[in-house]
Formats: sequence, structure tokens, C-alpha cells
Amino acid sequence: MDWSLLDPKGPVGAQELHILVTAFWLMMIVAVPTIVLTLWFAWRYRASSQTARFAPDWDRSHPIAIVCLAVPVIIVAILGTIAWKGSHELDPYRPLQVEAAGKAVRPIEVQVIALDWKWLFVYPELGVASVNELALPVGVPVHFSITASSVMNAFFIPRLGGMIYAMPRMQTQLSLLASEKGTYDGISSNYSGGGFSDMKFAARAMSAAAFDEWVASARGSEERLDGSALYGLLAPGIERTPKRYSSVEGDPFRRVLTAGLQPRSQTTRLATGDPVCITLGN
Amino acid sequence: MFGKLTLAAIPFQQPIIMGAMAFMALVMIAVLGTITVTGRWRWLWTEWLTSVDHKKIGVMYILLALVMLLRGFSDAIMMRSQLALATAGAAGYLPPEHYDQIFTAHGVIMIFFMAMPFVVGLMNIVVPLQIGARDVAFPFLNSLSFWLTFAGFGLINASLVIGEFARTGWLAYPPLSELAFSPGVGVDYWLWALQISGVGTTLTAVNFVVTILRNRAPGMTLMRMPVFTWTSLCTSMLMCAAFPILTVTLALLTLDRYFGMHFFTNELGGNPMMYVNMIWVWGHPEVYILVLPAFGIFSEIVATFSGKRLFGYRQMVIATVLITVLSFTVWLHHFFTMGAGADVNAFFGIMSMLIAIPTGVKVFNWLFTMYRGRVRFTVPVLWTIGFMVTFVIGGVTGVLLAMPPADFVLHNSLFLVAHFHNTIIGGVVFACLAGFSYWFPKVTGFTLDERLGRCAFWCWFVGFYVSFMPLYALGLMGMTRRMNHTDNAAWTPYLHVAAVGAVIIFVGIVFQVVQLVVSIRRRERNRDLTGDPWNGRTLEWSIPSPPPAYNFARVPVVRGLDDFWERKRRADPLDRSPLEPVEMPSNTGAGFVTGVLSLVLGFGLVWQIWWLVAAAAACILATVIVHSTPIHRHFEIAVEDLKRDERLRISSLGA
Repeated sequence: MDWSLLDPKGPVGAQELHILVTAFWLMMIVAVPTIVLTLWFAWRYRASSQTARFAPDWDRSHPIAIVCLAVPVIIVAILGTIAWKGSHELDPYRPLQVEAAGKAVRPIEVQVIALDWKWLFVYPELGVASVNELALPVGVPVHFSITASSVMNAFFIPRLGGMIYAMPRMQTQLSLLASEKGTYDGISSNYSGGGFSDMKFAARAMSAAAFDEWVASARGSEERLDGSALYGLLAPGIERTPKRYSSVEGDPFRRVLTAGLQPRSQTTRLATGDPVCITLGN
Repeated sequence: MFGKLTLAAIPFQQPIIMGAMAFMALVMIAVLGTITVTGRWRWLWTEWLTSVDHKKIGVMYILLALVMLLRGFSDAIMMRSQLALATAGAAGYLPPEHYDQIFTAHGVIMIFFMAMPFVVGLMNIVVPLQIGARDVAFPFLNSLSFWLTFAGFGLINASLVIGEFARTGWLAYPPLSELAFSPGVGVDYWLWALQISGVGTTLTAVNFVVTILRNRAPGMTLMRMPVFTWTSLCTSMLMCAAFPILTVTLALLTLDRYFGMHFFTNELGGNPMMYVNMIWVWGHPEVYILVLPAFGIFSEIVATFSGKRLFGYRQMVIATVLITVLSFTVWLHHFFTMGAGADVNAFFGIMSMLIAIPTGVKVFNWLFTMYRGRVRFTVPVLWTIGFMVTFVIGGVTGVLLAMPPADFVLHNSLFLVAHFHNTIIGGVVFACLAGFSYWFPKVTGFTLDERLGRCAFWCWFVGFYVSFMPLYALGLMGMTRRMNHTDNAAWTPYLHVAAVGAVIIFVGIVFQVVQLVVSIRRRERNRDLTGDPWNGRTLEWSIPSPPPAYNFARVPVVRGLDDFWERKRRADPLDRSPLEPVEMPSNTGAGFVTGVLSLVLGFGLVWQIWWLVAAAAACILATVIVHSTPIHRHFEIAVEDLKRDERLRISSLGA
């Protein structure tokens, strides 16, 4: 099934889809008759018709006016109620409550940093980090804290639920949960410059055991997310292969959020031609 | 000496741009050559460039819009073909640095230099005629507005061949549009093109508010104004309120870029979110600035061609005013995903849905205008019915996007792109083309070829669906906007179909051009001597086509809604009251000169050629001072001339 939004793999996306579908059918109550009547009236009252009544001065009718006002008002009232409730229930800042065996499942924390043009994920509780690969245990809520190093992006995993902006010097939050194993596309859904189209990551939802294995493999990585590695990541460019970091030095998220790291080089230009082999200097 | 401008600014190595430049140069040489060979320079200067006649200014606006429609559409074709080729990992033929300029230019051109001039052009031609006025309130200001728009048009076209255009998206969100991330002149071109033409738009708005409120014929009360005039009034008020916000927002970004200030930067307390708010406080009303006159055009057409009064005139006016007010309370729905909080999102979501109510009322009123009418399927009516069907779909998807939780997954997707094209093509473009064929005979004295017009309509209509329905689907598949290339094989067929749709629309545009050429060549065959080819209802149809410079020899006295139609029904005798001399404003070159100087000023500012900026600014000031000197700026049309025109008309009608 290629219809990411119509086939969500988590409760947030499922509820958002439910609202989308409900609103769609509610509006069909007005939209379909309107389209049908438009075509029907135009044809029925065509100038060449011999049978249609002609009333050139008929320009008002209270019953029609009332119906034409009441129907949209009622539908908008219902939609407005759904919008109000939905906005609160699906507020991206609202933590997800999940219970397993009578106990609330503790969410895991992931810090997301949108870089030019790659994603850095830091797992502060686990002390590991990754680039362009997001590992998630199935059934466990994930709380994301999100920022960006230079320009605006949006953090979006279409299969799991709504997006939120990643903005420099600002922090946004999002809670998501994957209920099925699988690898889902993660993208930036806010244009951020030349390498934007390749600013993608793989969101891997896996079993608890596989997640532990993933963490162990990250810990075994030779790469460490220290100051110079972070500085290297800030240089504009595209990462084709995901990276894992065995340790995280200091608090990179806070550093990006507050410190005002160097903006990317002003002379940076994307190499023309094949975007697959884009190379960028710093 | 030349600021940042060097020869390297001309992209000689880019074949596409050089081709476009060669094409533009050829067209310009052909146009200038034709003018020279036929000895039309003096005619061009006295009849057009210096004209303060609202009808001629309107025609020039529409010509500018048509030229920019072609340019904006060639951007669209490039985007669709790039995306059709660059699928499943292929790179396509447009690298990001070029492609990103194209989608930015497409949005900017289509909104600011196609839709706006088209709408303003129709307002210029029609509004004074509908209210029985001889010109707008400030004829010189009107000329100035046009030439300032022309300066913006000049800048944006210059950016194609000298330097580059912005690669930021049409609204140039910072921090991407700040100097740190967009160091080239692209964003500067964007800033000055919009700033200069925006001043023109604000002046137009002032002009039309005053014209409609002060220059109506006796007896034309507000509630007897044709709906198009009502929507023009509301649109002008919206422009008065919204465009200064754009001016300030652009000015602040300019200060950031030129003087190292920090309104929207990442550093030193700058706040890019503030920009996003401010640009949409202008940007959402802008949508209604475009679509309200469109509603007005359809209201005129549907009543005229149903041979029937507009159903629910009073509701139509109230709905228009309500939309005008509500349009300022919904801007945040463009960025629900910024994390503003549930209360704020819900408020703006519900306000956005509320607009669906007055809009819905309008659709029902058009529907019931056709009911018990005699609908003539002329080209304008085809556009109207096409609009009603298409716009309902656009409305549905718009309300879906107004639902914050749904928007969380649909925001910035191709679903959004499909939605706003659905309303802007289905609403504004269809309306402009409908209005074009509806009022064309009024301006020229002959009707457009019906058959070619129908071909154009069907290509546009079918092409629209073929292009944009796949985009709705792609949005639901998770494809976001402004991608340069994709690697999802499942998307490929949809991208291919969308490209085919663009080609069908292209055929529609070709038909539109052919229709214009053929109609001009066969103008004698389609000549309309009556001035009222459609059995119209409003005052513009009561005068000859094309109207004389003074529009109305005798200012009409209005006794009700659709006064002209009622007069025809009663078979009122012709008004034979004594004629009086008419005082008309004289032509002036000041508007044209200021416009051209503004273009030079803008160019100097973009490239930071400060001596040029100073010289242009000084010349503009001098022009204003000279123009402000109290010389007599009016001339009188004698009664004999008016009588001669009248005799000529009566004899041509008798013939």
C-alpha cells in the first residue's frame, strides 16, 4: 500500500486519518448535491429548452435561503467541534499514554536536530546518536524534542502521524508511537534549500529486542559524536548512508539550540548535474 | 562602479536561460521593429504610454498579465517535466539551484504579475463603467500604479538573465532568505520587485475605494451597485489594509539583508516566526483579494446569461463583506505545524471553516440564479459552470486543511499544492478568462471567436483535473512539495499523468492565443454595433463599444438594481436631455517616467549600484515635483463633439 497517509502504522496517524475521513464524508453531504444541482440546473434551464419554466424576476426565496444557510452552518458546527476536540487530543505536545500490563509505559526521549540537509537523532538516556536513521521500539511512545541548526525544516514520518516544524533557536515537541514493525520514510516537509530533496531518514520500528540490539550496535560503532563530529555535520551536505555514534559528548541538542553555531558557508553551492553525487565543501 | 554587477552575473553557460533570453530578445525586436516600421511611436506614446484613461490602463494590465501567464506557465511546464523525469532516483534535467528558482518564480509571477494585474485590469475596465463614472477618482495615480507594477514586472524579468532569482519559495521565509543562507541577489530581486509593484497595488486600492464611494452616478446607492463593483470595493479595502503589512515585512527583511539588522535572523534576538506570521497576515487576505473579484465576475455572468436577476443580491453582498472581515482572522492556518498550541490552532481552524459558510451561500446563489432562468451556453458560462464544479472540490479540500489534526499530515504536501491550485485556477484564472471573453466586446467592439473559446475552456478544464488530481493522490502518499527529484517508484505514474495534464493546459493556452489572433483578424465579422452583445443588465452595456473616452455623454440616473435591463424591458425612450461639455483629465507622461525610473532604482538597489540609486531617486523626486506644479491638467470635450459621436452611433445602429 503506497498511500502512506491512508495506511498509518501508529495511533496518532490513525486518529488524524479518522478526522480527515470523517470531515471528508461530512462535506460530501453538501458538495455532491451542489455539483449535481449545478450541472442539472444548467442543463434543465438551458435556453433551448422548450419545457423549462422561465421566471426572470424570481430572485429571492426565504425557504431556499434558510436551507442554504442552515446546512453549511450545521456542518461547520460539527466540523468545528471535531476541530476543537481533535486539536486538543492530537496536540503534538501532548504526551502519549500507553499502558502495558497495567503499568504506564515510559516514553523514550529522542532529540532531533535538523541539519543542512540531514537528520541527527540523539538518544540522551541511552548515550547514543545516529544520522538519518531513527530506531524506535514498537509499542513504546517516543517523545521528540526538535530543533534545527540553520534554517526551518519540518520533521515528518508520514506513516506515523503529523509533522512539526524544526526551527533554529527554538524547540518543538512531538509524540509518536509505532504500533507495527517496519521501515518508514522520514522526510523534511519544509523546503530548506538545495539539498532538501535528499534530506531523508529511515524510521525503523522494531521489536524491543531488536531495538536493544540496535543500541548495542550503535555502542559498538567507531564513531563518536564529539565536538568535531558535530561541527562536521553542520557543514551543508547530504548523507547517503546512515551513521551511528557510540557516545555523545556533552549536550549537542542544547548546544545547537542555544549556542548560535556558525551558519553554513556563504559560498556553498550545490554542484550542478547529478544530485546523487552532490559533494559540498564547508 | 557597478556594485555587485559583473559580467559573471549573466549565466552564459545555462542553455535554457540563454534560450529564453534569445526568445525574449527576438520578441522585443519584433515588437519594436513593427512599431518603428509602421511609424507608431507617436501613437504608442500619446494613446497608451501616457494615457490616464482607465480603460486603456486596464487593457495594459491585462496584456501584462497575459505575457506573465505565458512565462509563469513555462515555469510550470519545466517543473512538471522535471518531476516526470526525475523519478525513481533519476536526476532529471534541472539541478536544484535552477529548479528552486523556477518554483519560486512560478509562484511569484502567477500571484503578483498574472492574477493581480488581471484582476486589477478587469476592475479598471469595468468598475467606472458599472457605476456610471467618466473615470476613476485619481486618473494620474491610476497610470502611476500601472507603471509601478510594470517596474516590478521589469525587475522580475531582468532577474532571468542578469543574476538569479530567489531560491526560497514564493514567500521567502527567513532564515533561508537571510543573507547568511541566500547570499546572492535572488532574494533582493524578489524584495524590490514586490516592494515597487506593491506600492502600485496600494495606490490602486486607494483609488478604487474612493472611486466607488465617491464617483457613482446619481441614484446608484450602495445596494444598487452591481456585485462585481461590490467585490471590487471589498477587494480594494482588503488591499488598503493588507498591502501595507507586506510593505513593512519586506522592508524589515530588506533592513536585515542590506544593513545587517536582526529582525528575522537566527542571531541576536531575531525571530523568523514573526516573519511567517506577518507575511501571512498579508498573505491570507491576498487570497481573498484575488478571489472576491472572481466571485463578482461570475455573479455578473450567471445573471446575464440566465436572463434573470441574481438570486439573493442582498445575501451576496453580506457574504462578500463577511468574507472580507473574516479573511483577516485565519492567517495562522498556513502554519498549524509551528507548534502554537491547541487553543490557538483550534481557533484559527474554526475561523477558517467559518469562511466556508458565506462562500457556500454564494455558490447556492449562483445555482439558484440559473434555476428558472434561460441559460445560454456561451464561453463565459462554460467557465462559470466549470468554476462552480471545481471550486466546490477546492472548498472541500480547503476545509480538510483547515482541520488542524488533518493539516498535521497534509501540510506542505502535494495535497496542499493541489488544493490551492484548485481554488486559484478554478476560481481566479477561470474568472479572469471568463471576464476576458465577457467584457472583450465592450473594450474592442467585437466578440471573441466562440468555437476556439470553447476549445480553450475544455482544454483548461480537463487539463486542470488531469494535472492536479494526481497531486491530491501524491499528497496522500506522503509526497511533500518543492522536491527536485524523488525515488519512490509508486509515485512515478502519477507524476507522469500530472505532466500530461500540464500539456493539455498548454493546448488550452494555445487555443486562447489563437482565439485572440483569429478574432482580431475576423473582427468585422464579429463586430458588435449595439454595445450590448449579451443582453446585459448593468450600465457598462448601455454605452457604445468601445466606449468613448468620456464613457457616458450624459451621466445616467439610476433607479434600481440592474437599471439598464429594466430600462430595456420598459423600452424607455433614449435620454435626449441637453448635452453639456465634459471635462476630462489630460494625458501625462509622469506615470510612465516614474515607472521606468523605479525600474532603474530597483535595479540599482538589487546590485547595490549606489550612484544609480541616487540618480534614479533624484529623477523620481524631480518628476513628482514637476508633475505637482499647478498647470491645467484637464481638457474639455465640446458639446458639438459629443453630438457628433451620438449621431454616428445612431446612424451605425440604424445601418
